[in-house]
Amino acid sequence: MSINANIPEGPMADKWTNHKMNSKLINPANKRKFNIIVVGSGLAGASAAATLSELGYKVKCFCYQDSPRRAHSIAAQGGINAAKNYQNDGDSVQRLFYDTVKGGDFRSREANVRRLAEVSVNIIDQATAQGVPFAREYGGLLANRSFGGAQVSRTFYARGQTGQQLLIGAYQALEKEIQKGGVEMYTRTEMLDLVVVDGHAKGIVVRDMRTGKVSSYAADTVLLATGGYGNVFYLSTNAMGCNASAAVKAWKRGAYFANPCYTQIHPTCIPVSGEYQSKLTLMSESLRNDGRIWAPKSPDDAAAIRAGKKQASDIPEEDRDYYLERKYPAFGNLAPRDISSRAAKEACDEGRGVAKTGLGVYLDFRDAIDRLGEDAIRARYGNLFQMYEKIAGENPYKQPMMIYPAVHYTMGGLWVDYNLMSNLPGLHVLGEANFSDHGANRLGASALMQGLADGYFVIPTTVANYLATQKPGSVTTDHPEFAKVEKEVTDTIDKLMNVRGTRSVDYFHREMGLLTWDVCGMDRRKEGLEEGIAKIKELRAAFWDDVRIPGAANGINMELEKAMRVADFLEFAELLYIDALNREESCGGHFRGEYQFTSESPEVIAGKTQAGEALRDDENFCYVAAWEFTGVGEEPTLHKEELEYEDIKLAIRSYA
Amino acid sequence: MSTLNLTLKIWRQAGPEAEGKIETRKAQNIPIEASFLEMLDIVNQQIIETGGDPIHFDHDCREGICGMCSLTINGVPHSKEVGTTTCQVHMRKFNDGDTIFIEPFRANAFPVLKDLVTDRTAFDRIIASGGYIDVRTGSAPDANSVPIPKEQADWAFDAATCIGCGACVASCKNSSAMLFVSAKAAHLNSLPQGQPEKDKRVLSMVRQMDAEGFGNCTNQYECEAACPKLISADNIAKLNRDFAIASVKEAVAMV
Repeated sequence: MSINANIPEGPMADKWTNHKMNSKLINPANKRKFNIIVVGSGLAGASAAATLSELGYKVKCFCYQDSPRRAHSIAAQGGINAAKNYQNDGDSVQRLFYDTVKGGDFRSREANVRRLAEVSVNIIDQATAQGVPFAREYGGLLANRSFGGAQVSRTFYARGQTGQQLLIGAYQALEKEIQKGGVEMYTRTEMLDLVVVDGHAKGIVVRDMRTGKVSSYAADTVLLATGGYGNVFYLSTNAMGCNASAAVKAWKRGAYFANPCYTQIHPTCIPVSGEYQSKLTLMSESLRNDGRIWAPKSPDDAAAIRAGKKQASDIPEEDRDYYLERKYPAFGNLAPRDISSRAAKEACDEGRGVAKTGLGVYLDFRDAIDRLGEDAIRARYGNLFQMYEKIAGENPYKQPMMIYPAVHYTMGGLWVDYNLMSNLPGLHVLGEANFSDHGANRLGASALMQGLADGYFVIPTTVANYLATQKPGSVTTDHPEFAKVEKEVTDTIDKLMNVRGTRSVDYFHREMGLLTWDVCGMDRRKEGLEEGIAKIKELRAAFWDDVRIPGAANGINMELEKAMRVADFLEFAELLYIDALNREESCGGHFRGEYQFTSESPEVIAGKTQAGEALRDDENFCYVAAWEFTGVGEEPTLHKEELEYEDIKLAIRSYA
Repeated sequence: MSTLNLTLKIWRQAGPEAEGKIETRKAQNIPIEASFLEMLDIVNQQIIETGGDPIHFDHDCREGICGMCSLTINGVPHSKEVGTTTCQVHMRKFNDGDTIFIEPFRANAFPVLKDLVTDRTAFDRIIASGGYIDVRTGSAPDANSVPIPKEQADWAFDAATCIGCGACVASCKNSSAMLFVSAKAAHLNSLPQGQPEKDKRVLSMVRQMDAEGFGNCTNQYECEAACPKLISADNIAKLNRDFAIASVKEAVAMV
């Protein structure tokens, strides 16, 4: 299969305009004849389903939750970026474009990012018109705040629940279209496989999670908006149900999986407290507008805090190391996520961690409270402080929050071209599930932007380029391929139910997570990854040999649901390690211990960067790694999409 | 790490048509740092190990925002903790030796699917009936073209914080959905963008609510006390007012 990104001709700033002009159109009467399947109802899925229905397409939308409003976009706290320049602080589409490419450590596709920056302004208009209650100034106009990796204030926000408010906007638009008859909604329905007919994605096989019934749906094109794969780490800030099954199934049916090793570890999460733990909770990046991150300078002080003999407030100012401000004075506490996370790990590795486990640093609001008063801080972050207090059992107005990095987002995903179409014709991929916009590291407040850009503004235009080549309704579920895939799905379910082993699904999920964090977490190395590849094969075999799924497959069976997702993760984890092993450089969220600047590096001596920073290899790795499935446990085939930077010059990424 | 030994009294129901019953079960060595749902995870692991059918309950984000978790704990939806979802209740709030009753969110309009899992799709249908601002993608004016006074925006926001969990319904002796519907309506009705469809919205949503089998509001405000997002019952008064006005307008054929 070919790997052509289909980037439009012309200067960077004109590409999207030109592409819209050159894209195919389908007249309103004909749009009604096309069926579109949308899997997922988060920001990307709900906005796409609603908008495509408004255009006249017939849409079927699927989600595993009981309501589309519960998709995990809902949990995004901090905000959404847009190049509105309402603050008059020098922002522009070009600057947002530049910041995002640089933030991604020069591993994203330039043309896609440029388009993202352009449509960002439309998203804010759209959401506001829907009634999304963004924060406002006293004059009645919209407010902004700053996020990591930017020196302007371009982030729009809705207290600490921007994701929920934007998702409700998209969800209400979706429900409006359901009411009008343009969208048929299938809740508690999980996609279990993709159906490919004559090389084109033409439908899906699903399981009704209430009855266990397996059935098929055909369409003229399939859109996956199924989110990321963070739960391969078991502990992450993702929702419990988040999974990679749709993407993994598409990969196994021929869609390339791109850059899986680009995973984002978010620097400010509540630290792990025990083995029973089921998930990690994020503390929004917005807190870094006012909170200062530090660890004690001396390991002795840290040890005393861990032993409960000292508190944060006992450490005098001169004995605190505000390490982000020290290392990255230009961006300070708003250094990007990958960099902040590694700095936290470094402090803890030096024995300066303050949580009982040794894995934790402080996020301190003392100075902001002194400067602005407790009420002002409560008005800005009240709900986050409350959430922290509930989980950690400590009052963050009195003692600093304790935080540590945790898996949060995945930049890698299914490979797509400029039209958001996979190499597998007819399969489109939106939002976190695709790979294209964030490179090796996503900047804060850019996930909401990308999900909504894809759903509201990109796919409604680009999907026509595929559909116009298709005869509507040419494939139905009567095609034998549907029965074949359905049978494969029910066989897998039977096989799982009949293992009747001794260990629970969670056991395997947790083991996989620990292994993944160990070999493919914040510091990856060749030996570890090679060991990981061997171990994951063993774990996968053990799973199929010894997993226990109680109950029956007909009716609600949450253990079976989890088992199917974990089975897919066990196959995906191997690909993740292989990609991390292949990429012999450090960039963004992918940090290979062997590839970092040292005090002897000429760039460090010249003062361009610092020892310990990620060392990219543009000569050999300035490409997208798109992996083709060749069989479970087999070495996948690597296809390279070379990244060419026309507009932005490749440079050492410095925030100092 | 301190741990708790507890007795759980849990609602078990095999399916929508099956008869349910309270099952008694020990929960032992529960770390006090665990969340309530993690306590159930631990119990479920034990059930699976001993060959039983684990307790089914809805949950997803486990950070208090998706609205999926929905347990009635000791008779109170989301427990007696104020302004808290089930997933944010932590075991440090309980004492060693406690007996805890765990039941689903009960209401005729929320039929039980299995154990503690209920069907709350009635809420989606209420939103579909008119709980939106009909704005076609791409047709919006510049976001700053309509300034909204901060107080008004804040009021709309307070209503918009609803997570659609249904605790209001489960707490009400009449299973009324008035707090939910009034919050959703207040959010949109109090913004300038929401004015053109205001009357239609109020009439449709209230009628759909009635059609779904939710009960009437008798102004006792258990809903406000149970709401994990502390949504004010003042919204109910506003909805009643808006409904009365819209009904009159409808009667004289203005809607």
